[in-house]
Amino acid sequence: MSTRFFGAPVKRNEDRKLLTGQALFIDDVELPGMLHVAFLRSQVAHARLKHIDVSRARKRPGVVAVYVAEDYGDYWQPCPLLVQPPPIPGSTFNPRTQVPLARDKVRYVGEPLAVVVAESRYLAEDALDDIDVELESLSAVVDIERALKSSSARVHDDLGSNIAAHVHQMKGDYRKAAANAQIIVKRRFRYEHGISSPIETRGVVAHWNARGQQMTIWDTTQAPVFIRNGLAAMLGLGERQVRVIAPFVGGGFGPKIMMFYPEEVALPWISMRLNRPVKWIEDRLEHFVATTHERGQIHDAEIALAADGRILGVKDVFLHDTGAYNTYGLTVPINSQCTMLGPYVIPAYDSTFTAVFTNLPIVTPYRGAGRQHGVFVIERLLDLAARELDIDRAEIRRRNLIPPDAFPYNNEIIFQDFAPLSYDSGNYEPVLAKALDAIGYQRFLKEEQPKFREEGRCVGIGIACYVEGTGIGPYEGAKVQVQANGKVNVATGIGTQGQGHFTSFAQIVADQLGIDPSDVDIVTGDTDQFYWGAGTFASRGAVVAGNAVNEASAAVRRKALKLASDAFECAEEDLVLADGKVSIAGIPGKFIRLGELAQRANPMRGAVRPGTEPGLESTQYFGPPSGATANGVHAAIVEIDPLTFELKVLRYVVVHDCGTVINPMILEGQIHGGVAQGIGNAFFEKLAFDDQGQLLNASLADYLLPTALDVPRMELDHTVTPSPLNPLGIKGAGEAGAIPVGAVFAQAIEDALQLTSRKIELLEIPLSPSRLFELTRQEGT
Amino acid sequence: MQPDQHEIELTVNGTRYRRTVESRMLLSDFLRHELGLAGTHVGCEHGVCGACTILLESDPVRSCLMLAVQANGRALATVEGLASADGELHPVQQAMHAHHGLQCGYCTPGILMTMTAYLTEHPSPSEDEVREALSGNLCRCTGYQNIVDAMMDAAARMREEAS
Repeated sequence: MSTRFFGAPVKRNEDRKLLTGQALFIDDVELPGMLHVAFLRSQVAHARLKHIDVSRARKRPGVVAVYVAEDYGDYWQPCPLLVQPPPIPGSTFNPRTQVPLARDKVRYVGEPLAVVVAESRYLAEDALDDIDVELESLSAVVDIERALKSSSARVHDDLGSNIAAHVHQMKGDYRKAAANAQIIVKRRFRYEHGISSPIETRGVVAHWNARGQQMTIWDTTQAPVFIRNGLAAMLGLGERQVRVIAPFVGGGFGPKIMMFYPEEVALPWISMRLNRPVKWIEDRLEHFVATTHERGQIHDAEIALAADGRILGVKDVFLHDTGAYNTYGLTVPINSQCTMLGPYVIPAYDSTFTAVFTNLPIVTPYRGAGRQHGVFVIERLLDLAARELDIDRAEIRRRNLIPPDAFPYNNEIIFQDFAPLSYDSGNYEPVLAKALDAIGYQRFLKEEQPKFREEGRCVGIGIACYVEGTGIGPYEGAKVQVQANGKVNVATGIGTQGQGHFTSFAQIVADQLGIDPSDVDIVTGDTDQFYWGAGTFASRGAVVAGNAVNEASAAVRRKALKLASDAFECAEEDLVLADGKVSIAGIPGKFIRLGELAQRANPMRGAVRPGTEPGLESTQYFGPPSGATANGVHAAIVEIDPLTFELKVLRYVVVHDCGTVINPMILEGQIHGGVAQGIGNAFFEKLAFDDQGQLLNASLADYLLPTALDVPRMELDHTVTPSPLNPLGIKGAGEAGAIPVGAVFAQAIEDALQLTSRKIELLEIPLSPSRLFELTRQEGT
Repeated sequence: MQPDQHEIELTVNGTRYRRTVESRMLLSDFLRHELGLAGTHVGCEHGVCGACTILLESDPVRSCLMLAVQANGRALATVEGLASADGELHPVQQAMHAHHGLQCGYCTPGILMTMTAYLTEHPSPSEDEVREALSGNLCRCTGYQNIVDAMMDAAARMREEAS
């Protein structure tokens, strides 16, 4: 097999449609007779629902139907738990999952109470004003520490407390480590991660075809196969009767894999009931409360070190805000717990977390998915320890890196994929060295920073290391099929939201089958095209689906060579597969095109040998035994105005190792976008709730996303340590850019403002200018 | 005709349309759902994200902040009209493809419209000026770097075409 395209910056196949406005996004689905749906949402965070009167709404001209929870009858069920908790001995997990429409009680601002169906979206929204709701307000559970007091109101009445989960994991003996330590550094950290806020909000279109007994659902989901299976079960339909299509999806970053959102449950049911197609498109204001968040944790963490800076152990106790329901299991806090160990040798680790129910929107993974929180804590602990031990910040990291001969490196505790947290491969020190070299670490500290300080400029440097568990199972599949016209069709079960799957998968196929990537059509996210799959999450598309595509293409290659060797009556070894044809080596005129072989593979007459499968195609599945661990180092030089705290990023360096790279152009784009989201997280993006659970900044004018003026030019470099866990050696890269940014910036700002000399420590994210102003005023001299 | 219905006539990408619309209908909804020009995307409906940017005469405007009736008698341009009739992409589209300036592609039509107008008026911008011009369009995927590179390249391509 040649590798002409694998590893090359091939331009994307999908671009033309997107650049000319021809790509189909959810709101572009138009069907004859389509009705439009709007949801009435709770405006209070916690209340008993006494009465809803929809009679006036039903009478409004243009309104076709209005439903409340009671109208759903037996269809009203709490949604199934989406992600089971890992089997960690001694854990507590109290599953409470979201409901299709609130009944008896509302648990967060934005929870749907009623649904209006009308001839237009305008009319449906008008009718929301006609609905009378009687609520008995309860005090809202907002603060995760106060939520655990016995005096707190309870989000779920049937639970004795607001504890959603309690998990303890450990390796080694932390107490012994602490007893032997030269120093112990202990602090409290707060890390808040906001909302993913893709530029396209969510949406669902459902079309029940009564005559054909077929349900078609278009959904902005990252996991169409699970949506199909779940909805078929709920609706009492066979899975073959339900087709779910995730069309072009305008960004996801995590929350679009959450299911089942109340709207996903409602639309197909309404379509069956009214026998008409129905559409719901979330508006931006709804998105702030109706789509899941990630939000915050509070860590009480300590690190025990020897005099030479070696880590002896880490202990951490943290609280995690899970929101009103915990349908996504423990993924986010488990990621925090596991990722805190980072690229370091940490012989003893003792970590306990409590996930807490609050009267706030549901928390599920958002790009990084809790990894940020853990990375921030360990990286800040190392900064503090370095200072106390008078060791350079980069040096203390270097001394603790897992050595290259220690892989696979078993961290013993259980990861989100239920497997032991084991790092498959890695070579960490060169990554750190490259990053230090690229940012000019020593030169900056010795020469540049003193000059800046002489000029009165506040310029600082930050550096942080991280690992990212990527490419977890269970599996993905792909069907590769050569068409009679010589083009190749590939179908997989994952959804796609801009990751370039139409190109990177095509590159894999192109190399296997000796064709051009532009001759490969990729179909993702249509359950009628590919039946099985899990979804796009945890930086796993390229790793898991990519390897399935490779296996299936290799099988098609073998079939093509076999067919051609039969046709030419020659040995397969004498054949060459290139330029869309199979030819006999050394005889250029003697060839047969792939398309013709595909036709021959489906003969209309004549006998075939037993065991022959028709078609030049293959379906293969790939499931890795466990996740592949990518790693990297980010470094930044920032300048901050000491009066306004306006921040300017002068340099930003990312050195990253995600194994072998399919398309470096797409990879760089993923890193750029991740860093941009990390910058938003580090500086601007805070979901500001009042003590009644009202989101105070629920618009893009108030919740600021980074613009082209906020995101600096990034300098990227890579090392390549292939993963032994898949034949292509790939590790995931989707989340890496976002993970360590908070840790880098807290360190760089401290350095720029020389806060240490004023005994001010930055132990929280986000650090907006106003927050920095508060912190430096409160604690400053 | 009902009292709140208005007959409007306007030109989009050189094609003349006549429709009857309710006064409150947003221009973005009108373009997308009445005229079927769904390439104009809607991201926030409060004028911040820029995804719905179109050209009114030759000025970029947010179609979610205008009513369809306000466009009566005007000439508009949307992303569907950017490429030439034979399918050749506009230099700004070409550059976005060449520099991987789009990922999910949802914000892309608004960026294309904002920047074609900008580069037409400012043929030789600096990188900082391009960033300033782009700052009214939110992109959540790319981190903007490749879009900025694409726009610098597009400016060069457009200068070449003009010369």
